[in-house]
Amino acid sequence: MTAVEMPVEQDVAEATPEFEAAAARHDRRRGFLLALPAYGYLVLFFAIPLIIVVVYSFATRNRFGGTDLSGWNLDSYQKLGEPIVRDILFRSLWLAILTTVICLVISYPFAYFLSTRSPTVRNVMLVFVMIPFWTNFLVRNYAWRVILGNDGTLTKITEAIGLGEQELLFSQTAVVLGLVYGYMPFMILPLYAAIERIDHRLLEASRDLYANGFQSFRHVLLPLSMPGVIAGSILCFVPSLGAYVTPEILGGAKTTLLGSYIVTQFLTARNWPFGAALSFVLMAIMLTATIVYFRKGGRTL
Amino acid sequence: MTTPAVELKGITKRFGAVVAVDSIDLEIADGEFFAMLGPSGCGKTTTLRMVAGLDFPTEGSLKIFGDEVGTLPPNKRPVNTVFQNYALFPHMTVLQNVAFGLKMQGVDKSAAASQAREMIELVQLGGLEDRKSSQMSGGQQQRVALARALVNHPKVLLLDEPLGALDLKLRQEMQGELKRLQRELGISFVFVTHDQEEALTMSDRIAVMHEGQLLQVGSPEEIYEHPVNRFVADFIGQTNLLEGTIEDSATVCLANGVRVKATSSYSTGAKVALSLRPERAHLSMRGDGASDGSSIDGVIERMTYLGNARVYSVRLDWMEVEVREENRPGAALYEPGTEISIHWDPGAVWVVADS
Repeated sequence: MTAVEMPVEQDVAEATPEFEAAAARHDRRRGFLLALPAYGYLVLFFAIPLIIVVVYSFATRNRFGGTDLSGWNLDSYQKLGEPIVRDILFRSLWLAILTTVICLVISYPFAYFLSTRSPTVRNVMLVFVMIPFWTNFLVRNYAWRVILGNDGTLTKITEAIGLGEQELLFSQTAVVLGLVYGYMPFMILPLYAAIERIDHRLLEASRDLYANGFQSFRHVLLPLSMPGVIAGSILCFVPSLGAYVTPEILGGAKTTLLGSYIVTQFLTARNWPFGAALSFVLMAIMLTATIVYFRKGGRTL
Repeated sequence: MTTPAVELKGITKRFGAVVAVDSIDLEIADGEFFAMLGPSGCGKTTTLRMVAGLDFPTEGSLKIFGDEVGTLPPNKRPVNTVFQNYALFPHMTVLQNVAFGLKMQGVDKSAAASQAREMIELVQLGGLEDRKSSQMSGGQQQRVALARALVNHPKVLLLDEPLGALDLKLRQEMQGELKRLQRELGISFVFVTHDQEEALTMSDRIAVMHEGQLLQVGSPEEIYEHPVNRFVADFIGQTNLLEGTIEDSATVCLANGVRVKATSSYSTGAKVALSLRPERAHLSMRGDGASDGSSIDGVIERMTYLGNARVYSVRLDWMEVEVREENRPGAALYEPGTEISIHWDPGAVWVVADS
């Protein structure tokens, strides 16, 4: 590139290799310097703590609630097989999958609808999608408590239309409701971005080639929007699986999920090794799910 | 008379307050190569899309081989479309693209594949079945788009600016190819273009559209020789339009008072324009030509050399016209400033309404 831009009078052929090597060197150095703050931050606050978690998960809890780093063992991981832990794990997985699927089913038609609107309407609607972010997540969860709770809005409505008293608070349904509400924007935005990029004429072409509305969706729109489906699903699934705030506020004591259970291990049970093992397993599940999903979507991670 | 392949009656399409297509009546015969020609925004693509079912008419009746289809979705109509820029499915191979229509119609997998292969062979893409469309050149994509439409044996093939994205040489090649396919298959091709030359060379008949109106339908020769109005005369080929008024059925009085012979059926006093094609006018030194009502005086303004011809811009009293002289050995040369007269054969001019 350097060679092309140089004036013709100069001996281009001879100068080129040195110039290009120098330019490439310069580029690399600048790239490294620009990325350095991010690298530093990640190493300090992500990689090192992660290593500490892994190390702790092989340690032993002593009688006083402290942690002995000597005498490494697999006790904490064996404990994962206990029925109570297994139940929490599966319940968390199930609710996270349910949340993701519900988000996907609700968001997809909306994202498609959004992509067919005029740019002005789109922008207004996207702002509406993002408005909830302007309010604290904790506050929004407490709002659900008001809606679902004793004598709450929901009960009043169901009573008014003759369905009797409906109490959803402190149930799995309430947790899923809260999670879907909390993570829906994370599904809508990548879906919208993916669908919006698809050439609308491809759908017309499929209709012209005898596909009915559903076939057109199944064979053209869905495969082409797969990157959005994958990104949105991961963005929903991962935080749902580790959710702490929503299950704590809306789930009550009956529905302990992984997030709350881990917190309990660290703060109440004072079993840091077990908490670390749980955290590590949670992360492993998320990583596996992400990789599998990406591969299935025909993409490399 | 046999049933027309496509029949439009009073077809109107409004987008809000905008009238895109204004009450069009049109019949396209079976086996015809039919062009819809006009500048962009004239409603030709909207008309094609209505035939395909991608837009629905606001008013009117639309029949394909006698069956009313105006309200049917595209997948229920026996027509297929070659889209502008092809609209090939990027996530499918060539074979999957071509087999798509058959698959949607429930043709069994192996039959669909073999028919698709046959069609790929017909458009001369044999061996490229497993390519993705992104790995193909524009001309190849065009052929895939054709195969994808034709494999379904449509009763009418619709083509929306099919050659617009190709460079000149490829376009000429594809023009021949389209004609060949159309003859072999014997079905009607309806194609939309803004390129008048393309329309003239390829079509059996042409419909000229402007601002949602159908101005003229006819063979390329009719459209070129006998345009119905100023717009058509100007849009198809090049022409000089000399304004004047009708004096009687055989005479037009031009704006500078010169009377020329021109047969027309317009009423006396009507404002008209005389269409004089550059290649039909000839130059001579003033006084040489007989002043018989088929000539007009002017002064050479400038000359453009085209290689095979010279185009002279000639200043008349009130306008400038162009005259094209073939570059034959011994052809006379006229310097700028030369006083000349332009003359033509009786019958070489055509009178159009000045609107």
